[in-house]
Amino acid sequence: MSTAPSRRDYSLIGRDAKLAVETGLSAAEWYHTDVPRKQMKELMQRSDGPAIRDTAIWFAALIVSGAGGAWFWGTWWCVPFFFVYGVLYGSSTDSRWHECGHGTAFRTQWMNDAVYQIACFMIMRNPVTWRWSHTRHHTDTVIVGRDPEISVMRPPDLVRAMLGFVGVADAWHAMSDMLRNAAGTISSAEKTFIPEQEQPKAIRVARIWTAIYAATIALALYTGSFLPLMLVGLPRLYGAWHHVMVGLLQHGGLADNVTDHRLNSRTVYMNPISRFIYWNMNYHVEHHMFPMVPYHALPRLHELIKHDLPEPTPSILAGYREMIPVFLRQLRNEDYFLKRELPPTARPYREEFHNDTIAAAAE
Amino acid sequence: MSDWVEACATGDIDEEDVMRFDHGGRTFAIYRSPDDEFFATDGLCTHEKVHLADGLVMDDIIECPKHNGRFNYKTGDARGAPVCVNLKTYPVKVDAGKVLIRIG
Repeated sequence: MSTAPSRRDYSLIGRDAKLAVETGLSAAEWYHTDVPRKQMKELMQRSDGPAIRDTAIWFAALIVSGAGGAWFWGTWWCVPFFFVYGVLYGSSTDSRWHECGHGTAFRTQWMNDAVYQIACFMIMRNPVTWRWSHTRHHTDTVIVGRDPEISVMRPPDLVRAMLGFVGVADAWHAMSDMLRNAAGTISSAEKTFIPEQEQPKAIRVARIWTAIYAATIALALYTGSFLPLMLVGLPRLYGAWHHVMVGLLQHGGLADNVTDHRLNSRTVYMNPISRFIYWNMNYHVEHHMFPMVPYHALPRLHELIKHDLPEPTPSILAGYREMIPVFLRQLRNEDYFLKRELPPTARPYREEFHNDTIAAAAE
Repeated sequence: MSDWVEACATGDIDEEDVMRFDHGGRTFAIYRSPDDEFFATDGLCTHEKVHLADGLVMDDIIECPKHNGRFNYKTGDARGAPVCVNLKTYPVKVDAGKVLIRIG
């Protein structure tokens, strides 16, 4: 459904990447709300308790739902079990990968590392590659040509976005990248953000994963059943919908090429189940502004700085109601975006940095 | 040539915390460990030049506020992605309630 060729060059080795570095838009200093050091220290404090509790619930739910799906395999009763298992496997791992990658979920580092590796496998993200891509995402959030994690580019490819809900494109790219890495090849784009000494680790992980998937496929063939694949691999497709649903809201339809997370990120109020699955990443402006704050402290951070942030989007549905019309309009005018309005209590945007893009903003 | 420079008073930093100290066009980070010892390093993360004084001190570790890269602030050792280059450390002494660092 894309129309005219994009004026934006999203390639990490392309024109806009070079321009962002030359103009200082890359690795720039970003806006932060002032928070007294004492309060910020309290918010940044690490604790194993909340993440151990949540991880125990997560593993227990995975085992029960997976066992239920396997037990009732061949009957319709397996459907609700695989529905739950799929979301836990193919969606909640997005936030586990993310939080443990930051090293903020647990105080004890080996716990972060262990959950990170498991979640990476399930969400099909090479733990080395994605650690570095996410580092870049935080340095250059939604900077065209620099951020490797822009989920909806302009003009939006709506077919690709919709396919994301069933994980098709993501899984295809993940498997292709895995096999390429397993063959010992690191792409030119990957080389722009993975340091040379880390690249062999990405290859080693890809080889281990290839062996696991090969064993799963062999077991499925040997038993003549899809069941092994329903438990390993396929949940990344049939359970992806939740992480895509909430993930598109992070930056979708908002400004690009700005250095203020209040303009390019979205905080959305969500129901408790989605917040458990998503580990509070619905407080996305807060997370980007202060990535040191653990997921369980984000609601407190939100209360502390909300006077300086745009009004949060009240629900997932409200988020889509404001985002979809922007996507549709971007098909005709890719410069169009939704400008977040600040409350009177907030420090203003530094408009002098954003004059070109502000001009195209929604009223 | 090396000089001892007064960075701050001991009471200026809480235990298990860090503060920024600028001197001669350079920036440093001064740490007070949980054992009430003082340490000093370069003030900017070796990854992307972010001020470490805005980060979090946990035991022997300083975590960068931007990308959560970790260093041992006592030795300067990089302790995990995305930091790969060690942090420069400086000798520190306490004299009459003042924290002094030797800037080489």
